[in-house]
Amino acid sequence: MVQINGESIDAAGKTLSAYLAENNYIIEGIAVECNEKIIPKQKYNEYTLSDGDIVEIVSFVGGGQ
Amino acid sequence: MDNKDTFILGGKEFKSRFILGSGKYSMELIKAAVENAGAEIITLAVRRTNTKKNENILDYIPDNVTLLPNTSGARDAKEAVRIARMSRELGCGDFVKIEIMRDSKYLLPDNAETIKATEILANEGFVVLPYMYPDLYAARSLADAGAAAVMPLASPIGSNKGLATKDFIQILIDETDLPVIVDAGIGKPSQACEAMEMGAAAIMANTAIATAGDIPVMAGAFKSAIEAGRSAYLAGLGRVLERGASASDPLTGFLRD
Amino acid sequence: MAQNQFFVDSDKLSGTALEHKHLIENDPSARTDHMEYLEGMEKISSDIMDKVLGAAAAFDYNKYNAADVKRAINNETCSIEDFKALLSPAAMPFLEEMAQRAKAETSKHFGNTVYMFTPLYIANFCENYCIYCGFNCYNDINRKKLDMQEIEHEMKVIAESGIEEILMLTGESRSQSSIEYIGEACKLARKYFRNTGLEIYPVNSDEYRYLHECGADYVTVFQETYDPVKYETLHLMGHKRVFPYRFDAQERAIMGGMRGVGISALLGLADFRKDALATALHAYYLQRKYPHAEYSLSCPRLRPIINNDKINPLDVHEKELCQVLCAYRIFLPYVGITVSSREQKQFRDGIVKIAATKVSAGVSTGIGDHESKYNGLEDENAGDEQFEISDARSFDEMYGDMASEGLQPVLNDYVYV
Repeated sequence: MVQINGESIDAAGKTLSAYLAENNYIIEGIAVECNEKIIPKQKYNEYTLSDGDIVEIVSFVGGGQ
Repeated sequence: MDNKDTFILGGKEFKSRFILGSGKYSMELIKAAVENAGAEIITLAVRRTNTKKNENILDYIPDNVTLLPNTSGARDAKEAVRIARMSRELGCGDFVKIEIMRDSKYLLPDNAETIKATEILANEGFVVLPYMYPDLYAARSLADAGAAAVMPLASPIGSNKGLATKDFIQILIDETDLPVIVDAGIGKPSQACEAMEMGAAAIMANTAIATAGDIPVMAGAFKSAIEAGRSAYLAGLGRVLERGASASDPLTGFLRD
Repeated sequence: MAQNQFFVDSDKLSGTALEHKHLIENDPSARTDHMEYLEGMEKISSDIMDKVLGAAAAFDYNKYNAADVKRAINNETCSIEDFKALLSPAAMPFLEEMAQRAKAETSKHFGNTVYMFTPLYIANFCENYCIYCGFNCYNDINRKKLDMQEIEHEMKVIAESGIEEILMLTGESRSQSSIEYIGEACKLARKYFRNTGLEIYPVNSDEYRYLHECGADYVTVFQETYDPVKYETLHLMGHKRVFPYRFDAQERAIMGGMRGVGISALLGLADFRKDALATALHAYYLQRKYPHAEYSLSCPRLRPIINNDKINPLDVHEKELCQVLCAYRIFLPYVGITVSSREQKQFRDGIVKIAATKVSAGVSTGIGDHESKYNGLEDENAGDEQFEISDARSFDEMYGDMASEGLQPVLNDYVYV
């Protein structure tokens, strides 16, 4: 299982780009961190998710105080 | 206002001294607010994204505006550094506003952790704008750590209570070489104006605008107030007469010609 | 503007010495580059000198008017611009208002206290030719360097008078008054006094550290004038001629661990308004860079010296001096301000109620003559004095006078750490 944005998801073995595409993420608007390391966009298809990975997928939202 | 009166953050020159937040109001209003505010910098937060909602806030922000992502949600330096790196990966420049809070009730910034995060991120080439409690020692440490400015709070975040820390912010303005951007707690244009009269480099406001009756109109009111305060500061405030006379014996009678 | 005539020839100088003296007096090209460091002089990285000299050079004090001055007197925080207005000729009619404001600032930070100390000159040998100074190497005076026994004797005499803070001075001669010699004197001073200041030739930061370890708490170096061009024409020979090394002395002293530093220009040598601006900015920028250190300013005016009784402070009359001191106090409310016995009694009694926080008492600027001066004994072996003093009050008299002015004399307020 892979922890993605706090949820356990059965995504081990998939490449990051496959997972993102399946779930309709718009690549331009997101950043991905795996196990506290940033994965640059051009590496999404090289990175294969493995069991125990902790993944954060983030984007900008309104924020101030 | 003198057109040459600009201030510099991270090598970028800004004419507007109003940093606008984008939280707590709808994206549709952001454009009007930015335009009325004349803002050149807008803050954003970074959050986990879910796939159902593909609305991108960046689509609502005019292109010429510099994005200032914050690290809200971070509870220590390490988390702030992670959020900052993710925000840079989102592809909108090197600016970051560090916010580290370990108190969910008052949301007061943790100066010690903020100094640590500032040092790490400045070394990685970020333009670091730390939100801080107005403490002179912390401000000096932040300057040493490579901060591009300091952002002391005027009163508790979101409280709209105004310049509760006025005397301490004045000390930062007087004693540090970094721009002092007054952040958090500014509730009314008059308070923004007062902070600018004191010599603040800029004002950051969000809640005061987001909770106003008419958001774009209030953004414009803040713009005018900040400009008025800046002009007053540059003009040099007039003297304040004490009430009553201060009669006392002459002190200089002993001087010889 | 009137000028002082500084050059005096002694008939005791050899033909060669006289020839060299006249050469450097008359031919600027025969003098060394005063901005060039000499071998062994530590160079630190600091932008303070550039900031201070730049501001002094650009200071156009005639552009300020009465309104600027009034605003400056009333502003809660005195900005650099306000300070410039206070130093300007336009501030002269507002001297009383400035004094009132200065007094308010002084009492905010110091209450009604006034610190007392005495200087102890331990040697008057000097390698420099500073044309206005009584110790200059071409001046025909009795030279003397006290040995440790004599220093201890002087210290005992001074300590018995009740003084707890001492300022040790030497002429500027590294060969005659070595660091080790001064260090040993500091160790002795630690036995007799609660704190010890030094006013010696500028040294490197490691040497300041050594002197601090020997017992010195603070270091005073007078820049004399912050106008480098004028400086060059006044300091014709010797290590003191090196302007930037002297400028950075306080910073090196702080780097060496000294608790506090003293800064000053000798008013009357050059444009006093620019020198006053530079003096205060020197302290201001140092304080911003080293906020933990303590700072004090002095405001000496030129005095007559042995063999030249005509030297005077030119356009710096008491009113101008008072203006400068009030401006210092309003701009830098937290700094100590020392007024020495170069000034006469009435001035010192008046200025401690406005701006000054420290006065000397029981002063001799000669070498080894405290016993004769304090107890009326004759001493023909004493070394001659650096300048004539104007206020010869003893410690007891000064203490009594300060107390009767409603001030609280303080002999020291911290311990050596």
